[in-house]
Amino acid sequence: MAEVQEIPKGPQTTGHVWDGDLQEYNNPLPQWWIYGFYVTILFALVYWVVYPSWPIGQGFLTGVNTITYTNSQGQEETWHWNTRAKLLREMQEAAVQQRPWYERISQMPPEQIVKDPELMGFVRSAGRALFTDNCAGCHQAGGSGKIGHYPNLTDDDWIYGGTFDQIRETIMQGRNGYMPPFAEALSRAQIDALAHYVLSMSGEPHDPAQATEGKALFHSHTAACYYCHGADGKGRQDIGSANLTDRIWLWADVPGAPDLPAKVAQVRQVILGGVNRGNMPSWEGRLSPEQIKVLTVYVHQLGGGQ
Amino acid sequence: MMFKFKHEALETNTGLLLVATMMAISIGGLVEIAPLFLIEDTTEKVEGVRPYTPLEQMGRDIYIREGCYTCHSQMVRPFRDEQLRYGHYSLAVESKYDHPFQWGSKRTGPDLARLGGKYSNEWHVQHLIAPRSVVPESVMPNYPWLMENRLDYADIGQRMRALRAVGVPYSINEEEYARNVKDFGPEMAAQLHIPNARESLLAQVRAGNYDGDPSFVSEMDALVAYLQVLGTMVDFSKIKPETLVKFR
Repeated sequence: MAEVQEIPKGPQTTGHVWDGDLQEYNNPLPQWWIYGFYVTILFALVYWVVYPSWPIGQGFLTGVNTITYTNSQGQEETWHWNTRAKLLREMQEAAVQQRPWYERISQMPPEQIVKDPELMGFVRSAGRALFTDNCAGCHQAGGSGKIGHYPNLTDDDWIYGGTFDQIRETIMQGRNGYMPPFAEALSRAQIDALAHYVLSMSGEPHDPAQATEGKALFHSHTAACYYCHGADGKGRQDIGSANLTDRIWLWADVPGAPDLPAKVAQVRQVILGGVNRGNMPSWEGRLSPEQIKVLTVYVHQLGGGQ
Repeated sequence: MMFKFKHEALETNTGLLLVATMMAISIGGLVEIAPLFLIEDTTEKVEGVRPYTPLEQMGRDIYIREGCYTCHSQMVRPFRDEQLRYGHYSLAVESKYDHPFQWGSKRTGPDLARLGGKYSNEWHVQHLIAPRSVVPESVMPNYPWLMENRLDYADIGQRMRALRAVGVPYSINEEEYARNVKDFGPEMAAQLHIPNARESLLAQVRAGNYDGDPSFVSEMDALVAYLQVLGTMVDFSKIKPETLVKFR
């Protein structure tokens, strides 16, 4: 078609004509949208002036806006606005609000904190936040632990002790639970005998003949279990050796084992391989002394504090 | 006579359109990338940041291979909630030896920039094999093969050479080794020496016992070694917070 066809009505064309008859519609944006666009440009201009923006040479436009914060000498410092200074100030403001609480907590012994309902309200909320972030990964959100992996903090059985001082020490230093493997030192029959004896100490089902044999081994120089677990089998909290006389199990899932052979197998694998994975990291340095104190009281109050 | 700009001139001239398009695009690069090479205070002057040891570097490569970055960021932003949950905000200097960096913006899982030291090796092993066995609400997939796969570290030397080519100070000769002794101390310098890479890697596996099985060099060893070093290089107790403000 050589003839240019006019578009009679509707949208306007741009006026361009290619190859004789190709035209382009022109659909302008709505006015409100255009003005909105201009407003964003104006906003950007204001933003460039107020906040850090354009790079120039070896620096950048810092903006006219400033922020004042307190430095570590306690003096006020003013710097151009930036998020790090804003965070510093926010943390300082929050610290000021929390200071009365933390001051009372740092001055009071844990035994008194527990008796103060108002302070305990703070400990329960702040402690829960700290516990969920730092402890729940292993000890689970409610502190019930994980049999075979991590100790239960809600019962009254404590590997390293359940007094305030002992709990604080555990949190600060971390712990390295260790029991040597006996796979090479003892025969399979000896280990099974020991397993029956260990089960008998907790009142679990066991074979009495084997348990008697195991008892002799337990107290002998061959196996020497009593070195760490004590002659009474109650363990030592200073080295974290387990109390074998209660019915609380950490490494051997005896409660979950359905019958006697399965229970023996659970105890056997601990004696065979020992324990070399009871490692708890240290929280000193990661948390402040006040936070550790809050956590100590929180863990103590989970159920079994002494 | 004044040059009068007509849109039609651009639309009807391919060469001119190409040149003008490239000019428009280059503005983005000039504004966003070029200044980083010029501004002096981009990376903070703090001590402690060092290249990864051969084992940590292998772990980092496994981290990337398994796509950990699709759900985990490594960038704690300077906000109060993030500082309370994850720890001190990330510094630019902390990822200066990361090629490519793992900052990310997708957080299906938590940020990992300050993960190092927070959990025990045993926890990491258990959690990587079966995340829900330790975190019941987790949606992370299981990675059981990390424990079973022998770590293929035959090419660790080449990997370090490649990183050295883009500016990571792994040493290849006595002169560079001496420089690293000065910068990172003799023990670390020995680990950063490319000719010793395999021996250093094996020594770290033996000493660290990351996966609980010292006799077998698994991919788990490497990954846990990497996770345990994340965010631990800078000692923030020695840095005044206002110093870092001045780098912004």
